[in-house]
Amino acid sequence: MSAPLLSVRDLRIVFDGRHGPLTALDGVSFDIAPGEILGVVGESGAGKSLTGTAVIGLLDPPGRIAGGEIHLSGQRIDNLPPEPMRRLRGRRIGAIFQDPLTSLHPLLTVGDQLAETITTHLPVGRTEARRRALDLLKEVGIPAAETRIDHYPHQFSGGMRQRVVIALALCAEPSLIIADEPTTALDVSIQAQITTLLKRLCREHGTSIMLVTHDMGVIAETADRVAVMYAGRIIEIGPVEEVTRRPHHPYTAGLMASIPSVHARHATLNQIDGAMPRLNAIPPGCAFNPRCGRADDICRERKPGLPPSAHAAACHFPLKELVHA
Amino acid sequence: MREQMEAVMPSPHRDEPRSGAKDGPAQAGTGDIILDVAAASCRFDVSASGLSRLIARQPRRILRAVEDVSFTVRRGTTFSIVGESGCGKSTLARMVVGLQRPTEGMLNFRDIRRADGSFGPPRVQMIFQDPYASLNPRWRVGDIIAEPIRELKLRPDENSTKARVGDLLEVVGLSRSDASRYPHAFSGGQRQRISIARALATEADFLVCDEPTSALDVSVQAQILNLMVKLQQEFGLTYLFISHNLSVVRHMSDDLAIMYLGRFVEAGPAEQVFTRPRHPYTRLLLDTIPDVERPNRERRPMSGEVPSPIAPPPGCSFNPRCSLAADICRAERPELRQMGEVRIACHFA
Ligand SMILES: Nc1ncnc2c1ncn2[C@@H]1O[C@H](COP(=O)(O)OP(=O)(O)OP(=O)(O)O)[C@@H](O)[C@H]1O
Ligand SMILES: Nc1ncnc2c1ncn2[C@@H]1O[C@H](COP(=O)(O)OP(=O)(O)O)[C@@H](O)[C@H]1O
Ligand code: SF4
Ligand code: SF4
Ligand SMILES: [Mg+2]
Ligand SMILES: [Mg+2]
Repeated sequence: MSAPLLSVRDLRIVFDGRHGPLTALDGVSFDIAPGEILGVVGESGAGKSLTGTAVIGLLDPPGRIAGGEIHLSGQRIDNLPPEPMRRLRGRRIGAIFQDPLTSLHPLLTVGDQLAETITTHLPVGRTEARRRALDLLKEVGIPAAETRIDHYPHQFSGGMRQRVVIALALCAEPSLIIADEPTTALDVSIQAQITTLLKRLCREHGTSIMLVTHDMGVIAETADRVAVMYAGRIIEIGPVEEVTRRPHHPYTAGLMASIPSVHARHATLNQIDGAMPRLNAIPPGCAFNPRCGRADDICRERKPGLPPSAHAAACHFPLKELVHA
Repeated sequence: MREQMEAVMPSPHRDEPRSGAKDGPAQAGTGDIILDVAAASCRFDVSASGLSRLIARQPRRILRAVEDVSFTVRRGTTFSIVGESGCGKSTLARMVVGLQRPTEGMLNFRDIRRADGSFGPPRVQMIFQDPYASLNPRWRVGDIIAEPIRELKLRPDENSTKARVGDLLEVVGLSRSDASRYPHAFSGGQRQRISIARALATEADFLVCDEPTSALDVSVQAQILNLMVKLQQEFGLTYLFISHNLSVVRHMSDDLAIMYLGRFVEAGPAEQVFTRPRHPYTRLLLDTIPDVERPNRERRPMSGEVPSPIAPPPGCSFNPRCSLAADICRAERPELRQMGEVRIACHFA
């Protein structure tokens, strides 16, 4: 793999609460290569959004980075003061969130919002900025962009708004986009339009994307690699085909098998009993051990690490060994 | 993939096909028609208020949320409604539970004989998508579940009501002691179990489930869907199941209808519709959903968006997005025609 664009090492995020500190992210490490889409999956509360929020420097108190480092193109960014971080965000890192309205100003036309973002980050004048704004709207597939550019966000459908947000994220031609559940609120047919658009951006502009979603189907068709999160840790990471077809971690295997098939009807879905623990009740050792059929004494005592291999699982008894035995 | 996982994951009984509730314990009347919906429509007047409309000389604006929909549901089976946002699924569900009156057409529940010998119209309950909004946060779970029992006087006294609440909590996979806790202490999946327990408390025969797992993670979704299948087999429940997730629908349904802009475009036995989709919209939907089993990274998305139900395109309302559309599609609306066991509304099916 070429030098990573984004490198996150041993990231720890802690919330200082009334009952003492709660560790929400516990030693998260991953890289994203230039032009690569890294999918991040896991159930709600696993820490997906926190990871993205930390990378774009938008973590709010009482949350704080309590350890680890984040590097973008070799530059350390987790300890930047607010102002340089604000410039970096937007210029080199773009963000797309689930609800497009949170990213759009209701009282400004989309053209004005795009032009303003462009002039903030790039040394261009108003006319040039508007021309670029129009190009961006065309690029993300807004029909009749010449007239739509003067419309307000509420005049767009949900799918079209998300395209505008993507255009906004692209204004300064960032090298990394953090997309947190960008299609969750959209219809299946619109969802496919948006993921196709994201893939095209990677291909044509070499943009890297961290794509947070809980939809394994979206990951399987969009991401190059995938990280599976559970209770604040990455428990498996690797090429998307490998992780989805030959999961090594018992949790990933259970997750994959619990997805209903669209090709056949089964009597019962595979189910992982129990639930992901809350932050204040994470069991010692492997956090998955109370739900794991393979758990042994060591799982209740020692936290399994994530080895540095291309396809890695944080598990004392990964499934691959059994399969190859 | 599944085979390999089965080898490594000690998972109980996968892969044997399930054919509705017909193989479950014999329930009196299973398979009989329990609900008959005949040419039901629901239209909303969304005009601006009378005066401003007169000033601006605007015509009345009628939104056709559900248009001329007919189907029957068999007792002990699952009938699913699939479609994109705004196509009328929830409006149809609300008509079935009686929260919304049809502007035209009829919905008739047929009397049924229950296991306890009683005879009468089925009791209908609704399960909502959002397990956070549908439970009163100030009530203990035990009182939430006991409310319909007390209201309908289904148990003679407080002791037997408490016992019934405890039983119901166990039926849905919670513990009896959960009765004394408040909803906020439960996760989304657990709250959906509480909603189901509450519906069962009414001794419901027919559950209308509007996106019951859309707000849940896949692993939690599997738990809830398994629970719903188990309850259907044990108690002979009938489900009207609403979802936009085709793989969930495939898993749950005996019969299914695909809706587009308020109308059924294809309806019939689920197995047939999935193995041989014939309406161009059904095919596009099946082609569009991302598929983790057979990922297609070159998948071409369906273009366009669902048009407004206030001003649907003339002719076949799918024509602006349909690759097969011809002149007749823009001029004449295709009737929903019976073709074998399946009904399809397309000039070229
Ligand atoms: N009370 C109402 N007044 C006016 N329009 C309504 C009303 N209720 C629903 N509609 C409209 O009817 C159409 C169908 O709505 P419905 O809620 O049934 O859609 P749905 O298929 O359930 O969508 P979703 O998947 O988003 O839940 C929509 O265009 C909606 O805006
Ligand atoms: N402001 C906060 N205070 C306390 N805990 C928080 C806060 N924000 C997030 N958390 C906790 O951090 C964990 C990870 O959250 P998040 O990254 O949002 O999960 P995901 O995006 O995977 O659903 C969760 O347990 C969540 O409850
Ligand atoms: S470390 Fe042990 S408990 Fe954790 S997933 Fe692996 S086998 Fe299961
Ligand atoms: S009637 Fe015409 S436009 Fe409508 S689905 Fe059939 S071919 Fe397509
Ligand atoms: Mg999140
Ligand atoms: Mg709805």
